[in-house]
Amino acid sequence: MSQTVSNREIPIRVMLAKIGLDGHDRGVKVVARTLRDAGMEVIYTGLHRSPDQVVAAAVQEDVDVLGVSLLSGAHMSIFRRIFDLLDALPEPHRFTLLAGGVMPDEDVEELHRLGVAAVLGQDTPPESIVETVLRMVPVRSR
Amino acid sequence: MSLAPSAYMADDSDIVARVLDGEHGAIARMLTQVERRTPAVNDLLAALHHATGRAHVVGVTGPAGSGKSTLVAGLAAAYRRTGRSLGILAVDPSSVITGGAILGDRIRMSDLGSDPDVFIRSMATRGALGGLSRAVLDGVSVLDAAGMDVVILETVGVGQAEVDVISVAQTIAVVSVPGLGDEVQAIKAGLLEIADIHVVNKSDRPGADRTVAEIRDVVRHSPHREGQWKVPIQQTVASSHEGIDDLMRIFDDHAAWLAGNGARTDSHRRNAATRIRWAAEELVLGRFRTGDTAFDAAVETVVSRQSDPVSAARKLIAGPIANC
Repeated sequence: MSQTVSNREIPIRVMLAKIGLDGHDRGVKVVARTLRDAGMEVIYTGLHRSPDQVVAAAVQEDVDVLGVSLLSGAHMSIFRRIFDLLDALPEPHRFTLLAGGVMPDEDVEELHRLGVAAVLGQDTPPESIVETVLRMVPVRSR
Repeated sequence: MSLAPSAYMADDSDIVARVLDGEHGAIARMLTQVERRTPAVNDLLAALHHATGRAHVVGVTGPAGSGKSTLVAGLAAAYRRTGRSLGILAVDPSSVITGGAILGDRIRMSDLGSDPDVFIRSMATRGALGGLSRAVLDGVSVLDAAGMDVVILETVGVGQAEVDVISVAQTIAVVSVPGLGDEVQAIKAGLLEIADIHVVNKSDRPGADRTVAEIRDVVRHSPHREGQWKVPIQQTVASSHEGIDDLMRIFDDHAAWLAGNGARTDSHRRNAATRIRWAAEELVLGRFRTGDTAFDAAVETVVSRQSDPVSAARKLIAGPIANC
């Protein structure tokens, strides 16, 4: 069933992050609005964050999903760094990781191996972004 | 693999001890429980209660666009330079239509991002403002119990509900900016009585002096008793960090004044009274809803004129109170 609004009692919390030397945030802002309009709480970090800042923020905000948008080509090194930081946390992290942006196929495979649950390319339509996030987060009551 | 949601089975049996230790992951999940009002939350909060009452709780409120987030970020940096740890709760409205929200306060707080002595949490209002008030109060308690020296609560000051929320703070700063035109009107409309400090942010803008003069006028005409705190007006330019250290010192002065006058105890007492009242409402009203057998029966007796609303309510309240 295709679903574009979450209709859940408890809103899904999503953090959207831009990391490193990448000043392109039009796409990520569109995604933020799309997810908000689907009933989700979206925490946007702003541009030029470090992996450390983003991981710390995602832990503090107790998000369900962390989406990292990368158009700089540095996605492999940045995601490796993110997973190193996640491994160093005092307990396993509890959010699902998504990647967005422009990434070649072989990198997509490697990102999956690292633990990125889904990679959303540049031209992913808004509805399927919403569907992907909904699929990632199990329905819960309290 | 990080298809995380083992999350929902996670063992949080030691969450209280870990919140008391100030562990970020545990604080974060405790705040989530507070937001969702999980069945376990009341017992967990009860277990944390003994460790609360130590933090200096500062409320920062003002209209959208007054630069509150930047101000709070600046304050946080100033507090960190004095070696104090801090928790920040940033409250933003949810859309009433979809329930969704974009919480952007962290954008201005990026410099604090990975400091282990700063904990920032964004909270959406999630429709019910009454529910929000409780979540915020409980959220402040969690950060307090976690050992934060200072807890900053940031809200958009609009209606009575927000005034209720911000009233949990011991020190309340109301932020205005030059050029909004009706800012003093807004202050008159309910925030005036609760302001301990007025902040005129973006004071490098034209009209700042006029805004200060207008606020001074309002403050001067409000009743002032001998020995009461004199409400100061502090000008700031948060974006370039001007006036922020002075503002922090005023907050510290206010905290010292509260402690010296027994007003801090008054504030704790007021806070406790509010919380007992809200908890009582929740306990009692929890059963007053369609679907509850006793409630539905009471509705029928009133509809059929066997009873009247007040008698029916009395009878329900006299009954056993559910464990919630």
